[in-house]
Amino acid sequence: MENLLWVIPALPFMGALLLILLGGRLSGPAVSAIGVGCVGLAAVFTLLLGFQFLTDAPAGGVYRQEVWQWFEVAGFNPSIAFHLDALSLVFIFVITFVGFLIHLYSTAYMAEDEGFTRFFAYMNLFVGSMLVLVLADNLLLLYLGWEGVGLCSYLLIGFWYKEPQNGYAARKAFIITRVGDTAMAIGLFMLFQYFGTLHIQSISTEAVQSWPVGAQPALLIAFLLLGGAVGKSGQLPLQTWLPDAMAGPTPVSALIHAATMVTAGVYLIARMHVLFELAPVAQLTVAVIGAVTLLLAGFSALTQSDLKRVLAYSTISQIGYMFLALGVGAWSAGIFHFMIHAFFKALLFLAAGAIILSLHHEQNMFKMGGLKEKMPAVFWTFLIGAASLAALPLITAGFYSKDQILWLALAGERGNVWLYAAGLMGAFITAIYTFRMVFITFYGESKTHLEHPPGTLIILPLVVLAILSTIGGFIELPHNFGHVVLFSDLLRPVLPNLAVDDSLASAEWMFQVLAAAISLAGVLIAFLVYLKKPELHAQIRNSGAAMALHRFWYSGWGFDKLYGALFVQPFVFLATLNKNDVIDSFYSFLTSLTRALNRGLAQTQNGILRWYMMGVVVGALIILTISLLP
Amino acid sequence: MNTLPMEYGLLLAGILFVIGLVSLLIRRNIIFMLISVEIMLNAAGLAFIVAGARWAQPEGQVMFIFIITMAAAEVSVGLALILQLYHNLKTLDSDAANLMHG
Repeated sequence: MENLLWVIPALPFMGALLLILLGGRLSGPAVSAIGVGCVGLAAVFTLLLGFQFLTDAPAGGVYRQEVWQWFEVAGFNPSIAFHLDALSLVFIFVITFVGFLIHLYSTAYMAEDEGFTRFFAYMNLFVGSMLVLVLADNLLLLYLGWEGVGLCSYLLIGFWYKEPQNGYAARKAFIITRVGDTAMAIGLFMLFQYFGTLHIQSISTEAVQSWPVGAQPALLIAFLLLGGAVGKSGQLPLQTWLPDAMAGPTPVSALIHAATMVTAGVYLIARMHVLFELAPVAQLTVAVIGAVTLLLAGFSALTQSDLKRVLAYSTISQIGYMFLALGVGAWSAGIFHFMIHAFFKALLFLAAGAIILSLHHEQNMFKMGGLKEKMPAVFWTFLIGAASLAALPLITAGFYSKDQILWLALAGERGNVWLYAAGLMGAFITAIYTFRMVFITFYGESKTHLEHPPGTLIILPLVVLAILSTIGGFIELPHNFGHVVLFSDLLRPVLPNLAVDDSLASAEWMFQVLAAAISLAGVLIAFLVYLKKPELHAQIRNSGAAMALHRFWYSGWGFDKLYGALFVQPFVFLATLNKNDVIDSFYSFLTSLTRALNRGLAQTQNGILRWYMMGVVVGALIILTISLLP
Repeated sequence: MNTLPMEYGLLLAGILFVIGLVSLLIRRNIIFMLISVEIMLNAAGLAFIVAGARWAQPEGQVMFIFIITMAAAEVSVGLALILQLYHNLKTLDSDAANLMHG
């Protein structure tokens, strides 16, 4: 069975290849059969392999399969080899399973689109690249998958390429993530320089042996890898591409910009956790970036009017939580939140997509309203997802994953009260903006006419994801409440456990109650401001300071403007200066000189015979004179 | 027997050559230009004869026969061209034959 590991990434690639080669000749149902079937089969293989992995754990907790050696240059011989341990198992499960549901949903969502085949080809290519990324056994193969998902992200954001602003958003995403990728590539070069290999396991063991904690190279490399992770995961300071990435079709937003690709940064940090533990400063930076990002994005989400942009900012914010968890060393809590987040964020995006499709591509929340009765199935699933995002206590999965992060941010050995306060504040804001979204969209008076109600293929993935968003949390319960540790036990062999400050342990329940109360308070405030007393909302919005703040947050803290002034404008200025390439001027001088000579000589060819004769005579006279000179 | 000094003969040849050259340059009628070329050829031939007589060598006369032969060939080709020119342009003005200028 473990010999079939290569099949999991190969299947989506095969689907993409088939769709690209035969796409034009296939009928719609055949395209969806290939597109969905390949990912579905990969999901089935993942489940089978995961079942075997869990029941009959392999030696060392790893399935490794080398397919072939990629190349060999000067002792550097990376292979196309796959490495399945508990961490990658969680990731491939989420990628294939959530990916399959989203593909299924897309067959209904994209049914009317003329680029149906192209869409599924890109989506399959994306799933394949992402699987290569998380299954890679060496960092070079990981980088291949990394760039592959970057490419697919570009293709899918700009999927409706006839609108210029979609192309602009696609280019923005590609270029901004490229900044991080460059840092990461430099980090890989340095790793190769020190260890002579990019094999992840060898690097992890050798780094511990050769570097003490806080070693200079470990710090530098950890920061460079962090650069790559920050770019891909949309964290400060490279977060500006993610809200604009909502230009793509909604299933793309669900799959790439919420559930899987943007968490590649989380995966990279968890995978290279040994390096980050050797560089405590870098790890603390991860936590601080996470804490700051989750707050910034949360405040921005509060002010958005576009349903998908609220979700985009909430994605940035939730990945901030994952970074916070990784930064304080709560590795398994971060990965747990990744999994739960993938469920509920995919659910929220797909439900939002169902609304947007039914309302004829209307995305402005303030033009929706009153959808509760019109589309009950979407309402209830969306509500479950929103409750999970807002971490409503006890019943939702989001509560358990987020509470674990908050608790470890405070009580973990690397946690501190500031990180905890930021996380708690973030949880409060999350509850407000989530239920602001719910109340504005589904309650109040109806403002639009429903075009066509969503079909079964749209509702089915929503229901499955809603169930997962609820029961997903019960595989990991805090030890004073049920004490189920299935998930962290699974990850134990891969990711180290975090020691907890014992003096706080007895008070854990107090912090849990606090977290629960905070999220309930957020929901209550949203209820009061947006549903009970809309005039209060208007009052707040119309005061001068609030309006300025609203504008500031609405534009995402002005980062676009800042980067525009800092990087784009100087670059454009330099480019205009050098519009007529300085280097080129030498060559254009040569051509104009040749042309001038040509024009001059062409004058002499006037077709008058005596003129030519004169030329001969003058030439002969000159030669005679020269030969007669002493 | 009194022989003419070689310089006289060469001077005559030079004068003939220059006359031919000048008339080639100033004439526009293409037949006159052909005649001018003939004069120049014969001037060169005269120079060969004079030089051959001066050094009592046969090569001067041999060269002259070559030049005569070549001139005959040249005239036949030249007249054929002139006929074609006249046929096409209805004039013997060489300046009119500048259709391929530039």
